[in-house]
Amino acid sequence: MNAGDATIRAAFAGTLGSFALDVAFDVPMRGVTALFGPSGCGKTTILRCMAGLQRLSGRLAVGAEVLQDDGAGIFRKPHARRIGYVFQEASLFPHLSVRGNLLYGARRVRSGDATRALDFAEVVALLGIDTLLDRAPAVLSGGERQRVAVGRALLSQPRLLLLDEPLSALDSQTKEEILPYFEALHESLSIPILYVSHDLAEVERLADTLVLLDRGRVAASGPLGTMETDPELPLLRAADAAVTMEGTIAGFDAAYELTTLSVAGGTLVVPGRQGGAGSRRRLRIRASDVSFTRSRAVDTTILNCLAARIVSVSRQNGSDAQMNIVACLGEDGEGARIVGRVTRKSQEALALVPGAAVFVQIKSVALIASGAGRRPAVVRKP
Amino acid sequence: MPELSELWSPIRLTVALASITTVVLLAVGTPIAWWLARSKAPWKEAVATVVALPLVLPPTVLGFYLLIALGPNGPGGWIAGLFGGRSLAFTFEGLVIGSVFYSMPFVVQPIRNAFEAFGDRPLEVAATLRAGPWDAFWSVAVPLARPGFMTGAVLGFAHTVGEFGVVLMIGGNIPGETKVLSVAIYDYVETLQWTQAHILAGGMLLFAFVVILAMMLLEKRIGRPGL
Repeated sequence: MNAGDATIRAAFAGTLGSFALDVAFDVPMRGVTALFGPSGCGKTTILRCMAGLQRLSGRLAVGAEVLQDDGAGIFRKPHARRIGYVFQEASLFPHLSVRGNLLYGARRVRSGDATRALDFAEVVALLGIDTLLDRAPAVLSGGERQRVAVGRALLSQPRLLLLDEPLSALDSQTKEEILPYFEALHESLSIPILYVSHDLAEVERLADTLVLLDRGRVAASGPLGTMETDPELPLLRAADAAVTMEGTIAGFDAAYELTTLSVAGGTLVVPGRQGGAGSRRRLRIRASDVSFTRSRAVDTTILNCLAARIVSVSRQNGSDAQMNIVACLGEDGEGARIVGRVTRKSQEALALVPGAAVFVQIKSVALIASGAGRRPAVVRKP
Repeated sequence: MPELSELWSPIRLTVALASITTVVLLAVGTPIAWWLARSKAPWKEAVATVVALPLVLPPTVLGFYLLIALGPNGPGGWIAGLFGGRSLAFTFEGLVIGSVFYSMPFVVQPIRNAFEAFGDRPLEVAATLRAGPWDAFWSVAVPLARPGFMTGAVLGFAHTVGEFGVVLMIGGNIPGETKVLSVAIYDYVETLQWTQAHILAGGMLLFAFVVILAMMLLEKRIGRPGL
């Protein structure tokens, strides 16, 4: 095994009617990769090609396993790919119970082809569908159906799980109900997940790696934090630009009810008890909540004041007044990236230029995802 | 009171003919229906039209061609030759073959509609759950198309029971061999045996009523959208 084995390499090209698709990307074989872009940019087509449901010329390798290579005349049929697929609509089999649906793929697993088999009870518990097993799909709610569909795909022991906008057909309340389960999946499964979405909030909560698509092409791909702070990409220039980062709970100050989280390059404080020491959380910090000072401010109500070093300064889209400043946390500037939006006047007055040592003040930090080991709180409709 | 035993022979023959025909039609019609539902071949509608021809053709026309095909100089005669016979016309086997052609559209059409109704998605799901095409056909397509199979089987059976023109053309009127119900009723009327005609005709009326009612109730029950 060499390092190249831990990568999913995909490249597809072709035309569908008047739409031309030409994409190539390599993403790591762990965690969640989001294929993100506006509707009609070819996200679903890419997933269908990866699953073998649609054929465009190209190549697909998951680790050392080549599933399609037109140059070498390789095209594995969908049922021989071991790639799980969750469609936009749950598409449960109406003639089978929930249990029958869950076991459909599980019964077709050949012994010895799963490195670590996912256990039925484990998957059912993880997705919170243990009480639904004997029901018919027709009586389930939209969120329940989608969870069953995910469980069904997982129990076929796939080497890769594809999720095609699994939440887009659901209302926002149901989305909130199902997202914690997806986060739990993310934390406890070793199966790589490719997640198609046009909703940035979902991506921020779930994705580790981002493939940015635009009109049938890959605009950029890389780790989420890097993509969010790249001045060349639209994410940084969005009105609600933000960064996400992983934090570990370091301690709790009972006297003031404050939780301390350590992130790469510093520590952050958030109100309330957020969980046991050592558990991981995903944080989101909006650009509009970040400001910069040249010296450490002492008389301020803002608790989160961290040393950082500026890495890029770019002009906000269509504005002569606002600038986007990306800085890396830590005195040496080796930590997590953060982005702040300031006026050009302030930027010039403080000489905020790449390489400058600064202090970032963060007005508010949002915890957007639960971490490992925490059962998602289930919101049940009456 | 007429001899009841004399009435039983055409009834038994008719039930046997319709049962065998239905089984053969399900076996032959299902792959045709599947192909018609899933193929993207441009000429598939031409095939569908051939299958549907008996809906429009006068039974005598179909019967005439079948008679030639089944006769000593047709493929039917050649097949009969393999078993030491001379012709398939005027035999029970010939009636089965004729009935299969005649009732084909009534079986193929509902099954094709059922296959088309659920679209590609369930089969794609099955494929991503590691079911090969044959596996997916039996474990997903057939159960989902069950209402279509029921309708097709009932219609095929009932339509075979009711056929007259084709039978007369290719089977004639041999008691115990090819004299089915509809022909028997015709015979009784021709020979002015009204009581026997009444019994058989009344029975058929009742049968048709029950079949159609059962089918409508069945469709109401299992035709409910399952999704």
